[in-house]
Amino acid sequence: MLHLILFLAFGAVCVAGAVNLLVQRHPINSALSLVVVMGSLAVEYLLLGAEFVAAVQIIVYAGAIMVLFVFVIMLLNAGEEEYSNKSRVAHVVGIPGVLIGCVLIGWVLVERSHTEAVAVGALPGAPKDIGWLLFHDYLLPFEVTSILVLIAIMGAVVLAGRPEPVQQSKKES
Amino acid sequence: MVPLSYYLVLSGILFACGVTGFLIKRNLITIFMSIELMLNGVNLSFVAFAAHWHALSGQVFVFFVMVVAAAESAVGLAIIIAVFRTRETLNVDQVNLLKL
Repeated sequence: MLHLILFLAFGAVCVAGAVNLLVQRHPINSALSLVVVMGSLAVEYLLLGAEFVAAVQIIVYAGAIMVLFVFVIMLLNAGEEEYSNKSRVAHVVGIPGVLIGCVLIGWVLVERSHTEAVAVGALPGAPKDIGWLLFHDYLLPFEVTSILVLIAIMGAVVLAGRPEPVQQSKKES
Repeated sequence: MVPLSYYLVLSGILFACGVTGFLIKRNLITIFMSIELMLNGVNLSFVAFAAHWHALSGQVFVFFVMVVAAAESAVGLAIIIAVFRTRETLNVDQVNLLKL
C-alpha cells in the first residue's frame, strides 16, 4: 500500500514536471522542471529495486547532463520562446488525436496486459550484480560505449570550437 | 505492490510529453530536452520490465541508454552552439536554409 502511495505521489510529480516542461516558455524553467522529472524518476527506480540505476540517474542525468543544458542556456543567453502560429491543422487534428491515442494506449496497457504486482525487494538490483553483468556478459558493449563517448567528446570539441579561419576571412571581407 | 502496467502507463505519459514537446516547441534547447524526456520514459519501461521478468539485463540496458544519451547531448549541444554562431538564433522556424 505504501509503495502504491509512493508510486502515485512521485508519478504525479513526474507528470507535473513533464507538463510544466511543455507549458513553460523560458528554456531555463523547462530545464529545471526536467530536473524534477529526473529526480522523481529516480525514486520510481528505487521503488522497482533498481538502486544502481537510481543513483546513476541522479548523478549522470540530473547532475551532469542537466548542468550541461543549463550551461548552454546561459552561454547562448536563450530568451523567451517565440511562437509562430502557422499551422492550423495541428490545432484541429493534433489535440483530439493525442487524446485518443493516450486513451487507447492506456486502456490497452491497463486492461489487456495480464500482469501481477512485483514486490519491491524481490529483484536483486545491487550495484555488485550490475557490475558483474556489465564486466562479464556485456563487456564488449561496455568497451564500445567507451569508444562512443571518446568520439562524442572529440566531436563536441570540434563542433563547438571556434572556427578561426572563417572569422578571419569575414573580417577581411 | 504496484502492477507493471502502472509503470508502463507512466512511461507512456512521459514519452508522449516528450513527443509533444518535440513537435510544439520552437526553441532548439527545449526540443533537445524533450528528446531527453523521451529517453527517460523508455528507461522507466526498461527498469519496469527488468523488475517484472526478474532479469537484470534491463538495468544494464538502461546504463547503456544513459551513456548514449550523454554522448548525444554533448554532441547535440555542440551543434546547437555552432548553429547559434552561424544563424544568431535558437528558433527552429528561422533555421530554414534547406526550405524551398
